[in-house]
Amino acid sequence: MGKTTAEKIFEAHLVEEPFPGTKVLKLDVVLCHEITTPIAIDDLIRRGKDRVFDPSRIKAVIDHVTPSKDSKTATQAKILRDWARRHAIRDFFDIGANGVCHALFPEKGFIRPGNTVIMGDSHTCTHGAFGAFAAGIGTTDLEVGILKGVCAFRQPKTIKFNVTGTLPKGVYAKDVILHIIGKIGVNGATDRVMEFHGETISAMTMESRMTLCNMAIEAGGTSGICQPDATTVEFLWPFIQGEFASKEAALTEYSKWAADADAEYDQVIEIDVATLQPISTFGYKPDQVKFVADLPDTPLDQVYLGSCTNGRLEDLRIAAHVLKGKRIAPTVRGILSPATPKIYQEALHEGLIDIFMEAGFCITNPTCGACLGMSNGVLAEGEVCASTTNRNFMGRMGKGGMVHLMSPATAAASAIEGKIADPRKYL
Amino acid sequence: MKTFGGPALFLDRSDINTDEIIPAKYLTEITKEDLKPYILEDLKLPGFDPKGPRTKSARVVVSRANFGCGSSREHAPWVFEVNGITAVIAESFARIFRQNMFNCGMAAIELPKADLDQLFSHAGDADAAISIDIEAQSLTMSGGGKQKTFSFSLSPFDKALVLAGGWVDYADKNY
Repeated sequence: MGKTTAEKIFEAHLVEEPFPGTKVLKLDVVLCHEITTPIAIDDLIRRGKDRVFDPSRIKAVIDHVTPSKDSKTATQAKILRDWARRHAIRDFFDIGANGVCHALFPEKGFIRPGNTVIMGDSHTCTHGAFGAFAAGIGTTDLEVGILKGVCAFRQPKTIKFNVTGTLPKGVYAKDVILHIIGKIGVNGATDRVMEFHGETISAMTMESRMTLCNMAIEAGGTSGICQPDATTVEFLWPFIQGEFASKEAALTEYSKWAADADAEYDQVIEIDVATLQPISTFGYKPDQVKFVADLPDTPLDQVYLGSCTNGRLEDLRIAAHVLKGKRIAPTVRGILSPATPKIYQEALHEGLIDIFMEAGFCITNPTCGACLGMSNGVLAEGEVCASTTNRNFMGRMGKGGMVHLMSPATAAASAIEGKIADPRKYL
Repeated sequence: MKTFGGPALFLDRSDINTDEIIPAKYLTEITKEDLKPYILEDLKLPGFDPKGPRTKSARVVVSRANFGCGSSREHAPWVFEVNGITAVIAESFARIFRQNMFNCGMAAIELPKADLDQLFSHAGDADAAISIDIEAQSLTMSGGGKQKTFSFSLSPFDKALVLAGGWVDYADKNY
């Protein structure tokens, strides 16, 4: 019997099965940020166990509220910073080098096919785009990960999504994943890995695959996983060229993590993207989705471009293409947060930042900030935001505020019109 | 090991998320105790008052499907813990929330919908309370002069975590 990608990774990393159905896995990468890690650090100190299992396999960033907005967030940043220095964690990213974790860590080449990855952040599933098993966990699991380099999981089942068809104009990875979540529901993949296959995924860039896997958690999924291929190797090549004689050799090695043709799945779901249109959410759950064309008139107070879902260079290029030579509606506040300093700088060099600024956008530094209502774009009671982020929970971007999730193209078109708008006429 | 059971708080909706349990703006608190006043602050349900006496006296939360979805924040179990709530009973849980509960030595108990409907029939009883026996994997619902016992099942690992008081000591001893 063949194996899924997750089954292969579990088998290769198994430390023990202490109880039937519970697998303790060896971790390749433990990622940390300043919101969920400081309490783990404090607890380790309190227990007299202020140690790390391997400083080279721990990566840390200050990203959720940066630069710090008050004494409390400054304290959280300081706890993480002091800890990283104390334990000689080389890959620690602070002011000037910091960006949104799920954009920054892949950009640095830290995630490889077949890896096990955890972070105290639910969107850790993003890293499955590289053919890794990447799962969000809580602070206690993170604490044990830091101390021992292991994490316990129930063996997840896998749902195979066979995605076929050419993406129509104005339809992107974000629309595909919103469509999938709408189809299976917010708990449609609970305790399941979402394994993405098919010609549509094969044709996607790594950026698009990250957008896709990023929102697996919004369907309850443990990890999104794409199959490692030539696109994966091409993205990673600057980081792995010392390890392999050729790209072909890297592809051969990484392909062993691809699911077997005769792997057994919990479900196989066929997705045809050929008839998709630009999508937006309309309620307070990510599975409440509609084609933009079918939405009632929805006036906006704010448009937000950024986050671990859609703050990458590809996203900025698409939004800039829509906005070029135009002004956003006077009733709308436009905010762009490029997800990493590198993305910010490349956007500057390409002239994208000029386009955003001439359109009337405010550009903020890379940070998670507004996505979870912590800083840099919090909504007032009753305000409505079109956003390229991942959660539309009531109050997510500020108490009493409403969020509509959509692609960067749809968000840009919506900024121009001051209401949720179909981007296709601008493309 | 923690103690389980006591007055019940009924939250009759599916998909209650961790932003509703503890809004992100409070994630800047460094100690668990500081979270205490903000329990369920953003949850809007008919007749529910996050600052009401029922919330204050509760020791068990009863809810519906996919409880605790969304963010990985362990602040959600913690805000329950510092308010004296050590068990949540629901039809199903989001994976990360469920694991966070057991990792803290707390109980996330799944019951079939038909059993939950019986629990919810006590939502109007001022004296609605649930006693929980982790070892025996059974719970007793009482209120309005009635009483009924239900059985549940925990995975062996989750049960071991509850009995051990959490994952850190367990893991440090074993790995």
